[in-house]
Amino acid sequence: MFSREKFIEKVLLLLAMSAIGSLALITIFIFLEGLPIILKTGVSHFIFGSHWAPTKGHFGILAMILSSLYVTIGALLFGVPLALACAIVLAEFAPPALTRILKPTIELLAGIPSVVYGFLGVVLLVPLIRTYLGGPGLSLLAAALILGIMILPTVISISIDAMNAVPTLYREGSIALGATQWQTVRKLVLPAARSGIITAIILGMGRAIGETMAVIMVAGNALNIPTSILDSVRTLTANIALELGYASGAHREALFATGIVLFIIIMILNTAATLITGRK
Amino acid sequence: MKSSINNAIAGRPGGWLCLGLLLVVCLACGRSERQGQTLTIAGSTSVQPFAEKLAEVFMKQRPALLINVQGGGSSAGIMAVQQGAAQIGASSRELHGNEKKLHEIVIAWDGIAVIVHPSCPVDDLPLATLRQIFAGQIKDWAALGLKPHGMHVITREEGSGTRTAFEELVMDKMEITPTALVQDSNGAVREIVAHDPYAIGYISCGLVDNQVKALAIDGVLPTNANIKKNSYKLTRRFLFVTAHQPTGLAQDFCQFVLSPKGQNLLEKEGLIGVH
Repeated sequence: MFSREKFIEKVLLLLAMSAIGSLALITIFIFLEGLPIILKTGVSHFIFGSHWAPTKGHFGILAMILSSLYVTIGALLFGVPLALACAIVLAEFAPPALTRILKPTIELLAGIPSVVYGFLGVVLLVPLIRTYLGGPGLSLLAAALILGIMILPTVISISIDAMNAVPTLYREGSIALGATQWQTVRKLVLPAARSGIITAIILGMGRAIGETMAVIMVAGNALNIPTSILDSVRTLTANIALELGYASGAHREALFATGIVLFIIIMILNTAATLITGRK
Repeated sequence: MKSSINNAIAGRPGGWLCLGLLLVVCLACGRSERQGQTLTIAGSTSVQPFAEKLAEVFMKQRPALLINVQGGGSSAGIMAVQQGAAQIGASSRELHGNEKKLHEIVIAWDGIAVIVHPSCPVDDLPLATLRQIFAGQIKDWAALGLKPHGMHVITREEGSGTRTAFEELVMDKMEITPTALVQDSNGAVREIVAHDPYAIGYISCGLVDNQVKALAIDGVLPTNANIKKNSYKLTRRFLFVTAHQPTGLAQDFCQFVLSPKGQNLLEKEGLIGVH
Protein backbone atom coordinates (compact mmCIF):
# COMPACT_ATOMS: atom_id res chain seq x y z
CA MET A 1 0.00 0.00 0.00
CA PHE A 2 2.81 2.34 1.00
CA SER A 3 4.74 1.79 -2.22
CA ARG A 4 1.63 2.43 -4.28
CA GLU A 5 1.13 5.72 -2.45
CA LYS A 6 4.77 6.67 -3.11
CA PHE A 7 4.40 5.68 -6.75
CA ILE A 8 1.38 7.90 -7.25
CA GLU A 9 3.18 10.75 -5.51
CA LYS A 10 6.10 10.40 -7.89
CA VAL A 11 3.84 10.26 -10.94
CA LEU A 12 2.02 13.42 -9.85
CA LEU A 13 5.34 15.15 -9.22
CA LEU A 14 6.48 14.18 -12.68
CA LEU A 15 3.29 15.54 -14.23
CA ALA A 16 3.62 18.77 -12.25
CA MET A 17 7.18 19.11 -13.44
CA SER A 18 6.13 18.65 -17.06
CA ALA A 19 4.01 21.79 -16.77
CA ILE A 20 6.99 23.77 -15.50
CA GLY A 21 9.20 22.00 -18.02
CA SER A 22 7.07 23.24 -20.91
CA LEU A 23 7.45 26.79 -19.61
CA ALA A 24 11.21 26.32 -19.48
CA LEU A 25 11.22 24.86 -22.99
CA ILE A 26 9.21 27.75 -24.39
CA THR A 27 11.48 30.27 -22.69
CA ILE A 28 14.66 28.64 -23.94
CA PHE A 29 13.25 28.25 -27.43
CA ILE A 30 12.11 31.83 -27.95
CA PHE A 31 15.33 33.20 -26.50
CA LEU A 32 17.47 30.92 -28.70
CA GLU A 33 15.49 31.92 -31.78
CA GLY A 34 15.15 35.61 -31.03
CA LEU A 35 18.23 36.71 -29.15
CA PRO A 36 20.74 36.58 -32.04
CA ILE A 37 18.85 39.17 -34.08
CA ILE A 38 18.50 41.49 -31.07
CA LEU A 39 22.24 41.31 -30.49
CA LYS A 40 22.95 41.77 -34.19
CA THR A 41 20.66 44.79 -34.49
CA GLY A 42 21.75 46.14 -31.11
CA VAL A 43 19.40 46.19 -28.13
CA SER A 44 18.77 49.93 -28.30
CA HIS A 45 18.25 49.89 -32.07
CA PHE A 46 15.80 47.05 -31.72
CA ILE A 47 13.79 48.56 -28.89
CA PHE A 48 14.07 52.26 -29.71
CA GLY A 49 14.16 52.05 -33.50
CA SER A 50 10.84 52.83 -35.14
CA HIS A 51 11.60 51.57 -38.64
CA TRP A 52 10.16 48.09 -39.15
CA ALA A 53 10.76 46.65 -42.63
CA PRO A 54 11.99 43.14 -41.82
CA THR A 55 12.37 41.95 -45.40
CA LYS A 56 14.64 44.94 -46.05
CA GLY A 57 16.69 44.54 -42.89
CA HIS A 58 15.15 47.17 -40.61
CA PHE A 59 14.12 45.83 -37.22
CA GLY A 60 12.83 48.55 -34.90
CA ILE A 61 9.84 47.78 -32.74
CA LEU A 62 9.38 51.04 -30.80
CA ALA A 63 6.08 51.82 -32.56
CA MET A 64 4.71 48.42 -31.55
CA ILE A 65 5.89 48.66 -27.94
CA LEU A 66 4.26 52.08 -27.63
CA SER A 67 1.10 50.88 -29.37
CA SER A 68 0.82 47.91 -27.02
CA LEU A 69 1.21 50.24 -24.04
CA TYR A 70 -1.28 52.82 -25.34
CA VAL A 71 -3.87 50.20 -26.17
CA THR A 72 -3.46 48.62 -22.74
CA ILE A 73 -3.67 51.95 -20.91
CA GLY A 74 -6.76 52.80 -22.96
CA ALA A 75 -8.34 49.47 -22.06
CA LEU A 76 -7.63 50.08 -18.37
CA LEU A 77 -9.02 53.64 -18.46
CA PHE A 78 -12.22 52.31 -19.96
CA GLY A 79 -12.48 48.92 -18.27
CA VAL A 80 -11.27 49.47 -14.71
CA PRO A 81 -13.88 52.05 -13.58
CA LEU A 82 -16.63 49.86 -15.05
CA ALA A 83 -15.22 46.74 -13.45
CA LEU A 84 -14.72 48.34 -10.04
CA ALA A 85 -18.20 49.83 -10.01
CA CYS A 86 -19.61 46.44 -10.93
CA ALA A 87 -17.51 44.65 -8.30
CA ILE A 88 -18.55 47.11 -5.55
CA VAL A 89 -22.22 46.69 -6.38
CA LEU A 90 -21.99 42.91 -6.48
CA ALA A 91 -19.87 42.59 -3.33
CA GLU A 92 -21.48 45.24 -1.15
CA PHE A 93 -24.85 46.47 -2.33
CA ALA A 94 -26.66 43.87 -4.42
CA PRO A 95 -28.95 41.37 -2.71
CA PRO A 96 -27.38 37.88 -2.62
CA ALA A 97 -29.96 36.49 -5.03
CA LEU A 98 -28.94 39.03 -7.68
CA THR A 99 -25.23 38.36 -7.10
CA ARG A 100 -25.83 34.65 -7.62
CA ILE A 101 -27.21 35.38 -11.09
CA LEU A 102 -24.94 38.26 -12.11
CA LYS A 103 -21.54 36.94 -11.10
CA PRO A 104 -21.65 33.76 -13.23
CA THR A 105 -23.05 35.84 -16.09
CA ILE A 106 -20.07 38.17 -15.95
CA GLU A 107 -17.70 35.24 -15.75
CA LEU A 108 -19.34 33.94 -18.90
CA LEU A 109 -17.83 36.97 -20.69
CA ALA A 110 -14.44 35.36 -20.20
CA GLY A 111 -15.60 32.30 -22.11
CA ILE A 112 -16.45 34.16 -25.30
CA PRO A 113 -13.68 33.50 -27.86
CA SER A 114 -11.64 36.60 -28.67
CA VAL A 115 -12.36 36.26 -32.39
CA VAL A 116 -16.02 36.89 -31.56
CA TYR A 117 -15.12 40.10 -29.73
CA GLY A 118 -13.02 41.10 -32.72
CA PHE A 119 -15.83 40.33 -35.13
CA LEU A 120 -18.33 42.38 -33.11
CA GLY A 121 -15.78 45.18 -33.00
CA VAL A 122 -15.38 45.18 -36.78
CA VAL A 123 -19.09 44.96 -37.47
CA LEU A 124 -20.46 47.33 -34.80
CA LEU A 125 -17.78 49.52 -33.25
CA VAL A 126 -15.52 50.30 -36.21
CA PRO A 127 -18.28 51.72 -38.47
CA LEU A 128 -19.54 53.87 -35.55
CA ILE A 129 -16.07 55.34 -34.98
CA ARG A 130 -15.56 55.87 -38.72
CA THR A 131 -18.92 57.62 -39.11
CA TYR A 132 -18.98 59.78 -35.99
CA LEU A 133 -15.34 60.41 -35.11
CA GLY A 134 -13.58 60.11 -38.47
CA GLY A 135 -10.46 58.23 -39.56
CA PRO A 136 -10.54 54.68 -40.90
CA GLY A 137 -12.37 53.37 -37.82
CA LEU A 138 -9.82 50.62 -37.29
CA SER A 139 -7.99 52.42 -34.51
CA LEU A 140 -6.35 52.57 -31.13
CA LEU A 141 -9.72 53.63 -29.72
CA ALA A 142 -11.54 50.59 -31.13
CA ALA A 143 -8.88 48.24 -29.77
CA ALA A 144 -8.92 49.91 -26.35
CA LEU A 145 -12.71 49.69 -26.08
CA ILE A 146 -12.84 46.03 -27.11
CA LEU A 147 -10.01 45.12 -24.73
CA GLY A 148 -11.68 47.16 -21.98
CA ILE A 149 -14.68 44.86 -22.26
CA MET A 150 -12.50 41.74 -22.49
CA ILE A 151 -10.71 42.46 -19.20
CA LEU A 152 -13.97 43.01 -17.29
CA PRO A 153 -14.46 39.42 -16.07
CA THR A 154 -10.86 39.14 -14.80
CA VAL A 155 -10.93 42.43 -12.91
CA ILE A 156 -14.48 42.03 -11.59
CA SER A 157 -14.18 38.52 -10.20
CA ILE A 158 -10.79 39.04 -8.52
CA SER A 159 -11.96 42.38 -7.04
CA ILE A 160 -15.12 40.77 -5.67
CA ASP A 161 -13.04 38.04 -4.02
CA ALA A 162 -10.76 40.69 -2.51
CA MET A 163 -13.70 42.64 -1.08
CA ASN A 164 -15.39 39.52 0.22
CA ALA A 165 -12.17 38.71 2.10
CA VAL A 166 -12.57 41.89 4.20
CA PRO A 167 -14.06 40.65 7.53
CA THR A 168 -17.72 41.50 8.12
CA LEU A 169 -16.78 42.64 11.63
CA TYR A 170 -15.02 45.70 10.18
CA ARG A 171 -18.12 46.67 8.24
CA GLU A 172 -20.37 46.22 11.27
CA GLY A 173 -18.01 48.37 13.34
CA SER A 174 -18.05 51.12 10.74
CA ILE A 175 -21.85 51.09 10.44
CA ALA A 176 -22.15 51.10 14.25
CA LEU A 177 -20.04 54.26 14.33
CA GLY A 178 -22.65 55.93 12.17
CA ALA A 179 -21.00 55.69 8.74
CA THR A 180 -23.30 55.17 5.77
CA GLN A 181 -22.84 52.08 3.62
CA TRP A 182 -21.10 54.07 0.87
CA GLN A 183 -18.76 55.67 3.41
CA THR A 184 -17.95 52.20 4.72
CA VAL A 185 -17.13 50.97 1.24
CA ARG A 186 -15.05 54.01 0.33
CA LYS A 187 -13.12 54.46 3.56
CA LEU A 188 -12.87 50.89 4.77
CA VAL A 189 -13.57 48.09 2.30
CA LEU A 190 -11.69 49.56 -0.67
CA PRO A 191 -8.51 50.42 1.30
CA ALA A 192 -8.60 47.02 3.03
CA ALA A 193 -9.00 45.20 -0.29
CA ARG A 194 -6.46 47.39 -2.06
CA SER A 195 -3.77 44.79 -2.75
CA GLY A 196 -6.34 42.39 -4.19
CA ILE A 197 -7.81 45.06 -6.42
CA ILE A 198 -4.39 46.13 -7.68
CA THR A 199 -3.61 42.49 -8.47
CA ALA A 200 -6.90 42.29 -10.36
CA ILE A 201 -5.94 45.33 -12.43
CA ILE A 202 -2.46 43.99 -13.18
CA LEU A 203 -3.85 40.64 -14.29
CA GLY A 204 -6.35 42.51 -16.46
CA MET A 205 -3.43 44.42 -17.91
CA GLY A 206 -1.62 41.16 -18.70
CA ARG A 207 -4.72 39.92 -20.50
CA ALA A 208 -4.96 43.14 -22.50
CA ILE A 209 -1.28 43.13 -23.54
CA GLY A 210 -1.39 39.47 -24.53
CA GLU A 211 -4.63 39.60 -26.53
CA THR A 212 -4.02 39.06 -30.23
CA MET A 213 -6.93 38.06 -32.44
CA ALA A 214 -9.41 40.75 -31.43
CA VAL A 215 -6.72 43.42 -31.70
CA ILE A 216 -5.62 42.34 -35.19
CA MET A 217 -9.20 42.60 -36.33
CA VAL A 218 -9.98 46.08 -34.97
CA ALA A 219 -6.66 47.97 -34.66
CA GLY A 220 -5.81 48.25 -38.37
CA ASN A 221 -2.17 47.20 -37.79
CA ALA A 222 -0.45 50.24 -39.30
CA LEU A 223 3.22 50.57 -38.39
CA ASN A 224 3.45 54.17 -37.30
CA ILE A 225 3.64 55.63 -33.80
CA PRO A 226 0.09 56.82 -33.10
CA THR A 227 -0.49 60.53 -32.58
CA SER A 228 -4.25 60.36 -32.02
CA ILE A 229 -6.65 57.76 -30.62
CA LEU A 230 -8.18 57.51 -34.10
CA ASP A 231 -4.86 56.35 -35.61
CA SER A 232 -4.42 52.76 -36.58
CA VAL A 233 -1.87 50.86 -34.45
CA ARG A 234 -0.05 47.53 -34.42
CA THR A 235 0.61 45.82 -31.11
CA LEU A 236 3.48 43.41 -30.39
CA THR A 237 1.19 40.38 -30.44
CA ALA A 238 -0.46 41.48 -33.68
CA ASN A 239 2.95 41.90 -35.30
CA ILE A 240 3.90 38.30 -34.54
CA ALA A 241 0.60 36.80 -35.59
CA LEU A 242 0.33 38.84 -38.80
CA GLU A 243 3.76 38.11 -40.17
CA LEU A 244 4.79 34.73 -38.80
CA GLY A 245 3.05 32.82 -41.57
CA TYR A 246 5.26 34.36 -44.23
CA ALA A 247 8.44 35.01 -42.32
CA SER A 248 11.73 33.26 -42.93
CA GLY A 249 15.34 33.86 -41.93
CA ALA A 250 16.09 37.10 -40.13
CA HIS A 251 12.45 38.17 -40.37
CA ARG A 252 11.39 35.07 -38.42
CA GLU A 253 14.07 35.68 -35.80
CA ALA A 254 12.88 39.28 -35.45
CA LEU A 255 9.37 38.03 -34.72
CA PHE A 256 10.71 35.73 -32.02
CA ALA A 257 12.61 38.74 -30.68
CA THR A 258 9.30 40.62 -30.56
CA GLY A 259 8.07 37.65 -28.54
CA ILE A 260 10.97 38.06 -26.11
CA VAL A 261 10.03 41.69 -25.46
CA LEU A 262 6.41 40.70 -24.92
CA PHE A 263 7.47 37.83 -22.68
CA ILE A 264 9.56 40.16 -20.51
CA ILE A 265 6.75 42.71 -20.21
CA ILE A 266 4.27 40.03 -19.13
CA MET A 267 6.80 38.48 -16.72
CA ILE A 268 7.25 41.88 -15.06
CA LEU A 269 3.48 42.30 -14.74
CA ASN A 270 2.94 38.84 -13.27
CA THR A 271 5.82 39.23 -10.83
CA ALA A 272 4.39 42.57 -9.73
CA ALA A 273 1.01 40.93 -9.16
CA THR A 274 2.57 38.11 -7.13
CA LEU A 275 4.61 40.53 -5.01
CA ILE A 276 1.61 42.73 -4.26
CA THR A 277 -0.62 39.83 -3.19
CA GLY A 278 2.22 38.30 -1.17
CA ARG A 279 2.79 41.49 0.80
CA LYS A 280 -0.07 41.77 3.26
CA MET B 1 -26.04 1.52 -21.01
CA LYS B 2 -23.45 4.22 -21.33
CA SER B 3 -22.41 3.96 -17.69
CA SER B 4 -22.01 0.20 -17.97
CA ILE B 5 -19.51 0.70 -20.78
CA ASN B 6 -17.67 3.25 -18.70
CA ASN B 7 -17.59 0.81 -15.81
CA ALA B 8 -16.33 -1.95 -18.02
CA ILE B 9 -13.44 0.19 -19.21
CA ALA B 10 -12.58 1.77 -15.88
CA GLY B 11 -13.10 -1.41 -13.87
CA ARG B 12 -10.47 -3.45 -15.62
CA PRO B 13 -6.97 -1.99 -15.46
CA GLY B 14 -6.26 -3.13 -18.99
CA GLY B 15 -9.31 -1.31 -20.37
CA TRP B 16 -7.64 2.01 -21.06
CA LEU B 17 -4.57 0.26 -22.39
CA CYS B 18 -6.68 -1.66 -24.91
CA LEU B 19 -8.40 1.52 -25.98
CA GLY B 20 -5.05 3.24 -26.45
CA LEU B 21 -3.65 0.33 -28.44
CA LEU B 22 -6.72 0.30 -30.65
CA LEU B 23 -6.21 3.98 -31.38
CA VAL B 24 -2.56 3.51 -32.27
CA VAL B 25 -3.40 0.59 -34.56
CA CYS B 26 -6.11 2.61 -36.30
CA LEU B 27 -3.75 5.54 -36.88
CA ALA B 28 -1.05 3.23 -38.18
CA CYS B 29 -3.47 1.61 -40.63
CA GLY B 30 -4.63 4.98 -41.90
CA ARG B 31 -1.06 6.01 -42.55
CA SER B 32 0.20 2.97 -44.36
CA GLU B 33 -2.82 2.83 -46.62
CA ARG B 34 -2.18 6.29 -47.99
CA GLN B 35 1.56 6.19 -48.26
CA GLY B 36 3.01 6.78 -51.71
CA GLN B 37 -0.27 8.23 -52.91
CA THR B 38 -0.02 11.63 -51.25
CA LEU B 39 0.91 14.86 -52.94
CA THR B 40 1.52 17.95 -50.83
CA ILE B 41 1.17 21.44 -52.25
CA ALA B 42 2.11 24.30 -49.96
CA GLY B 43 2.46 28.02 -50.42
CA SER B 44 0.78 31.24 -51.45
CA THR B 45 -2.60 31.98 -49.95
CA SER B 46 -3.48 33.69 -53.24
CA VAL B 47 -2.96 30.43 -55.14
CA GLN B 48 -4.43 28.20 -52.44
CA PRO B 49 -8.15 28.47 -53.36
CA PHE B 50 -7.32 27.72 -57.01
CA ALA B 51 -4.99 24.85 -56.11
CA GLU B 52 -7.72 23.40 -53.88
CA LYS B 53 -10.21 23.52 -56.74
CA LEU B 54 -7.74 21.85 -59.10
CA ALA B 55 -6.89 19.20 -56.50
CA GLU B 56 -10.55 18.46 -55.90
CA VAL B 57 -11.22 17.82 -59.58
CA PHE B 58 -8.00 15.85 -60.04
CA MET B 59 -8.78 13.64 -57.04
CA LYS B 60 -12.14 12.80 -58.60
CA GLN B 61 -10.28 11.42 -61.62
CA ARG B 62 -7.84 9.49 -59.44
CA PRO B 63 -9.74 8.40 -56.31
CA ALA B 64 -6.72 6.60 -54.78
CA LEU B 65 -4.76 9.84 -54.67
CA LEU B 66 -4.72 12.26 -51.75
CA ILE B 67 -3.66 15.86 -52.41
CA ASN B 68 -2.92 18.08 -49.44
CA VAL B 69 -3.19 21.79 -50.19
CA GLN B 70 -1.66 24.01 -47.51
CA GLY B 71 -1.38 27.79 -47.23
CA GLY B 72 1.36 29.56 -45.35
CA GLY B 73 2.53 31.99 -47.99
CA SER B 74 4.79 31.94 -51.02
CA SER B 75 8.02 32.04 -49.01
CA ALA B 76 6.90 29.20 -46.76
CA GLY B 77 5.88 27.15 -49.80
CA ILE B 78 9.22 27.66 -51.52
CA MET B 79 11.04 26.77 -48.31
CA ALA B 80 8.89 23.64 -47.94
CA VAL B 81 10.00 22.51 -51.42
CA GLN B 82 13.66 23.21 -50.67
CA GLN B 83 13.41 21.15 -47.49
CA GLY B 84 11.38 18.41 -49.10
CA ALA B 85 8.32 18.93 -46.91
CA ALA B 86 6.16 19.53 -49.96
CA GLN B 87 6.51 18.24 -53.53
CA ILE B 88 5.01 21.36 -55.06
CA GLY B 89 5.30 24.91 -53.78
CA ALA B 90 2.79 27.51 -54.90
CA SER B 91 4.16 31.01 -55.33
CA SER B 92 2.46 34.26 -56.23
CA ARG B 93 5.77 36.10 -56.52
CA GLU B 94 8.88 35.65 -58.65
CA LEU B 95 11.75 33.55 -57.38
CA HIS B 96 14.88 35.38 -56.39
CA GLY B 97 18.45 34.63 -55.33
CA ASN B 98 18.94 31.07 -54.23
CA GLU B 99 15.39 30.12 -55.13
CA LYS B 100 16.14 30.41 -58.85
CA LYS B 101 17.76 26.96 -58.71
CA LEU B 102 14.30 25.46 -58.32
CA HIS B 103 12.17 24.39 -61.25
CA GLU B 104 9.27 26.75 -61.96
CA ILE B 105 6.08 26.15 -63.91
CA VAL B 106 3.83 29.10 -64.75
CA ILE B 107 0.27 27.91 -64.13
CA ALA B 108 -1.63 31.15 -64.67
CA TRP B 109 -1.54 34.94 -64.80
CA ASP B 110 -3.23 37.14 -62.28
CA GLY B 111 -3.76 40.88 -62.17
CA ILE B 112 -3.56 42.90 -58.99
CA ALA B 113 -6.54 45.22 -58.95
CA VAL B 114 -6.41 48.55 -57.16
CA ILE B 115 -9.79 48.88 -55.48
CA VAL B 116 -11.86 51.71 -54.03
CA HIS B 117 -15.39 52.07 -52.68
CA PRO B 118 -18.02 52.01 -55.49
CA SER B 119 -19.07 55.56 -54.57
CA CYS B 120 -15.56 56.92 -55.19
CA PRO B 121 -15.60 59.10 -58.34
CA VAL B 122 -12.03 58.15 -59.36
CA ASP B 123 -11.91 55.66 -62.25
CA ASP B 124 -8.35 55.86 -63.46
CA LEU B 125 -4.98 56.39 -61.79
CA PRO B 126 -1.57 56.91 -63.39
CA LEU B 127 0.97 54.39 -62.08
CA ALA B 128 3.13 57.24 -60.71
CA THR B 129 0.22 58.62 -58.68
CA LEU B 130 -0.55 55.17 -57.32
CA ARG B 131 3.08 54.91 -56.21
CA GLN B 132 2.87 58.29 -54.48
CA ILE B 133 -0.31 57.27 -52.68
CA PHE B 134 1.21 54.07 -51.31
CA ALA B 135 4.51 55.79 -50.49
CA GLY B 136 2.59 58.27 -48.34
CA GLN B 137 3.36 61.31 -50.48
CA ILE B 138 -0.30 61.82 -51.38
CA LYS B 139 -2.40 61.62 -48.23
CA ASP B 140 -5.59 63.42 -49.22
CA TRP B 141 -8.19 62.79 -51.89
CA ALA B 142 -8.02 66.54 -52.63
CA ALA B 143 -4.77 65.87 -54.53
CA LEU B 144 -6.88 63.92 -57.04
CA GLY B 145 -9.36 66.76 -57.36
CA LEU B 146 -11.96 65.37 -54.97
CA LYS B 147 -13.51 66.76 -51.80
CA PRO B 148 -10.72 66.98 -49.19
CA HIS B 149 -10.66 63.93 -46.94
CA GLY B 150 -7.87 61.76 -45.59
CA MET B 151 -7.02 58.71 -47.67
CA HIS B 152 -7.15 55.37 -45.91
CA VAL B 153 -4.43 53.33 -47.58
CA ILE B 154 -4.69 49.58 -47.01
CA THR B 155 -1.88 47.16 -47.70
CA ARG B 156 -1.00 43.53 -46.99
CA GLU B 157 1.42 42.28 -44.37
CA GLU B 158 5.16 42.10 -44.97
CA GLY B 159 6.10 38.87 -46.76
CA SER B 160 2.73 38.35 -48.45
CA GLY B 161 3.05 37.34 -52.11
CA THR B 162 0.49 39.93 -53.20
CA ARG B 163 2.38 42.66 -51.34
CA THR B 164 5.74 41.54 -52.71
CA ALA B 165 4.33 41.54 -56.25
CA PHE B 166 2.73 44.95 -55.69
CA GLU B 167 6.02 46.36 -54.43
CA GLU B 168 7.87 44.97 -57.44
CA LEU B 169 5.28 46.21 -59.95
CA VAL B 170 4.37 49.58 -58.45
CA MET B 171 6.69 50.83 -55.75
CA ASP B 172 9.98 50.93 -57.68
CA LYS B 173 12.12 50.33 -54.55
CA MET B 174 10.15 52.85 -52.47
CA GLU B 175 8.66 51.66 -49.21
CA ILE B 176 4.95 51.47 -48.51
CA THR B 177 4.04 54.12 -45.94
CA PRO B 178 3.99 52.99 -42.30
CA THR B 179 0.67 54.76 -41.82
CA ALA B 180 -1.02 52.29 -44.19
CA LEU B 181 -3.44 49.90 -42.55
CA VAL B 182 -2.27 46.30 -42.75
CA GLN B 183 -4.63 43.37 -43.28
CA ASP B 184 -3.66 39.73 -43.56
CA SER B 185 -5.81 38.54 -46.44
CA ASN B 186 -7.30 39.63 -49.76
CA GLY B 187 -10.74 39.17 -48.23
CA ALA B 188 -10.05 41.47 -45.29
CA VAL B 189 -8.76 44.23 -47.58
CA ARG B 190 -11.86 43.92 -49.77
CA GLU B 191 -14.11 43.96 -46.71
CA ILE B 192 -12.66 47.26 -45.45
CA VAL B 193 -12.71 48.95 -48.85
CA ALA B 194 -16.31 47.81 -49.39
CA HIS B 195 -17.40 49.70 -46.26
CA ASP B 196 -15.10 52.72 -46.24
CA PRO B 197 -15.70 55.36 -48.95
CA TYR B 198 -12.22 56.84 -48.40
CA ALA B 199 -10.19 53.64 -48.55
CA ILE B 200 -7.89 52.42 -51.31
CA GLY B 201 -6.30 48.96 -51.39
CA TYR B 202 -5.16 46.22 -53.73
CA ILE B 203 -6.27 42.59 -54.12
CA SER B 204 -6.01 39.75 -56.58
CA CYS B 205 -8.19 40.42 -59.65
CA GLY B 206 -9.94 37.07 -59.31
CA LEU B 207 -11.44 38.25 -56.02
CA VAL B 208 -12.88 41.59 -57.17
CA ASP B 209 -16.67 41.60 -56.81
CA ASN B 210 -19.42 44.22 -57.05
CA GLN B 211 -18.84 45.51 -53.49
CA VAL B 212 -15.73 47.34 -54.69
CA LYS B 213 -14.58 49.18 -57.79
CA ALA B 214 -11.37 48.22 -59.60
CA LEU B 215 -9.48 51.22 -61.00
CA ALA B 216 -7.88 51.48 -64.41
CA ILE B 217 -4.12 52.01 -64.19
CA ASP B 218 -2.69 54.36 -66.84
CA GLY B 219 -6.07 54.07 -68.57
CA VAL B 220 -6.10 50.26 -68.73
CA LEU B 221 -8.78 48.34 -66.80
CA PRO B 222 -7.80 45.02 -65.18
CA THR B 223 -9.98 42.93 -67.48
CA ASN B 224 -9.08 39.40 -68.54
CA ALA B 225 -8.42 40.55 -72.10
CA ASN B 226 -6.07 43.33 -70.95
CA ILE B 227 -4.17 41.03 -68.61
CA LYS B 228 -3.80 38.44 -71.37
CA LYS B 229 -2.52 41.09 -73.78
CA ASN B 230 -0.14 42.16 -71.01
CA SER B 231 -1.29 45.76 -71.39
CA TYR B 232 -2.44 45.95 -67.76
CA LYS B 233 0.67 46.80 -65.78
CA LEU B 234 -0.04 45.13 -62.46
CA THR B 235 0.19 41.55 -63.71
CA ARG B 236 2.00 38.75 -61.93
CA ARG B 237 2.58 35.08 -62.52
CA PHE B 238 1.30 32.24 -60.39
CA LEU B 239 3.97 29.56 -60.18
CA PHE B 240 4.24 25.96 -59.17
CA VAL B 241 7.74 25.34 -57.87
CA THR B 242 9.41 21.94 -57.65
CA ALA B 243 12.88 20.89 -56.57
CA HIS B 244 13.68 19.29 -59.95
CA GLN B 245 11.85 18.55 -63.16
CA PRO B 246 8.66 17.05 -61.67
CA THR B 247 8.20 13.28 -61.78
CA GLY B 248 5.47 10.85 -60.80
CA LEU B 249 2.46 12.31 -59.09
CA ALA B 250 3.73 15.88 -59.18
CA GLN B 251 4.28 15.56 -62.93
CA ASP B 252 0.79 14.14 -63.46
CA PHE B 253 -0.76 16.96 -61.46
CA CYS B 254 1.22 19.67 -63.25
CA GLN B 255 0.22 18.19 -66.61
CA PHE B 256 -3.40 18.24 -65.49
CA VAL B 257 -3.13 21.89 -64.41
CA LEU B 258 -1.65 22.88 -67.77
CA SER B 259 -4.14 20.78 -69.77
CA PRO B 260 -7.10 22.59 -71.37
CA LYS B 261 -9.36 21.19 -68.65
CA GLY B 262 -7.20 22.53 -65.82
CA GLN B 263 -6.71 25.88 -67.52
CA ASN B 264 -10.45 26.24 -68.17
CA LEU B 265 -11.04 25.57 -64.50
CA LEU B 266 -8.63 28.37 -63.54
CA GLU B 267 -10.24 30.78 -65.98
CA LYS B 268 -13.67 29.94 -64.62
CA GLU B 269 -12.36 30.81 -61.14
CA GLY B 270 -11.16 34.23 -62.31
CA LEU B 271 -7.52 33.72 -63.32
CA ILE B 272 -5.98 34.10 -66.77
CA GLY B 273 -4.71 30.91 -68.39
CA VAL B 274 -1.21 30.59 -69.83
CA HIS B 275 -1.91 28.63 -73.07
